[in-house]
Amino acid sequence: MAKRAAPEVNAGSMADIAFLLLIFFLVTTDIAVDSGLNRKLPPMEEDKPDDVIIKEKNIFQLDVNRNNELFLKTGGEEKIIKLEQLREEAIAFLDNGGGTGDIACQFCKGNKNPKSSDNFDKAIISLQNDRLTKYATYIAVQNEILAAYNSLRDREFKRAYPNLGMSYVEANALYKDPQYTGDKDKLKEKVEVIKKLIPQKFSEAEPKKN
Amino acid sequence: MSKFKKKKDGGLPPISTASLPDIVFMLLFFFMVATVIKEDNLLVENTLPSANQIEKLGKKNPVSYIYIGKPSRNYQATYGTADRIQLNDKYASVEAVKPFIATERAALREELVPKLTIAMKVDKEANMGIVSDVKQELRETNALKINYTTRKGDAISNNN
Repeated sequence: MAKRAAPEVNAGSMADIAFLLLIFFLVTTDIAVDSGLNRKLPPMEEDKPDDVIIKEKNIFQLDVNRNNELFLKTGGEEKIIKLEQLREEAIAFLDNGGGTGDIACQFCKGNKNPKSSDNFDKAIISLQNDRLTKYATYIAVQNEILAAYNSLRDREFKRAYPNLGMSYVEANALYKDPQYTGDKDKLKEKVEVIKKLIPQKFSEAEPKKN
Repeated sequence: MSKFKKKKDGGLPPISTASLPDIVFMLLFFFMVATVIKEDNLLVENTLPSANQIEKLGKKNPVSYIYIGKPSRNYQATYGTADRIQLNDKYASVEAVKPFIATERAALREELVPKLTIAMKVDKEANMGIVSDVKQELRETNALKINYTTRKGDAISNNN
């Protein structure tokens, strides 16, 4: 008897099987959105500490009303601003460096307006929302304020560590990346120095009840 | 007898579908890699706002999700159109946030409890009132690490 070739397996239904699997995965999974704005909530305080006196010039008071309009009170001025202007205003406020003597700001490059913030450490951004403010606006405001902090931190990071060749945001991401193989402790140290130099003093008041 | 037989006329040759499984498998692998198994079945509308100062949620740290938004269209007849909170697979009230966090913590190893991050997936049309209520509850139960989950994009265009 002649050698018979093995019969070919019919692969016609392979596509159907693959489609079945594909559809199963399409239905049961989600494209992962695992990024966002990290924030820390202030802890509840059992016994209220004595009111700390803060100079008015060190506060960047931002009010978002129910129509998603921004009202800004800082540096002896009160004005309605647009979202597009917020980052610029926040940077100008944080970077002002109006302090003199002990509280003079070493690295600020702002206008040194005596009516605005003294230094990075003293500058406080305060945000007040209405209960009817839209979440999208809130996120945009948060984003712009974080952007202001991040751009200043980037600048200071580059000034302090010019040979690292990266910005603060990149360094921070790298430090948090579990796959990063470099010296994490050194990187952390540098990130912490900048964090301390420009602390995020960003407080949120409870929203107004109506 | 010619060397080159004239092709028989009549009908188009059938298209080979032999590579169809390969193509489908390619798609399958793409989806298997690019997606994750759904955590919860969404009962609320959840169009996330965009922002560009975003950080990735650490893979190592445990994450719990809180969804806020209007009920999805097929539930609107029953539940109305006011913003609702969704915890796990059902609607919940603001008071249910604390017990929810407690159960999430109970499921974790002890050393991971302080690292628990609460990811807030809030619809961009939602009002801040309900979000602040949830935030207040989180503060009271001392779950302070939160993350406003957003898409990557331009934040200022959110309002349009």
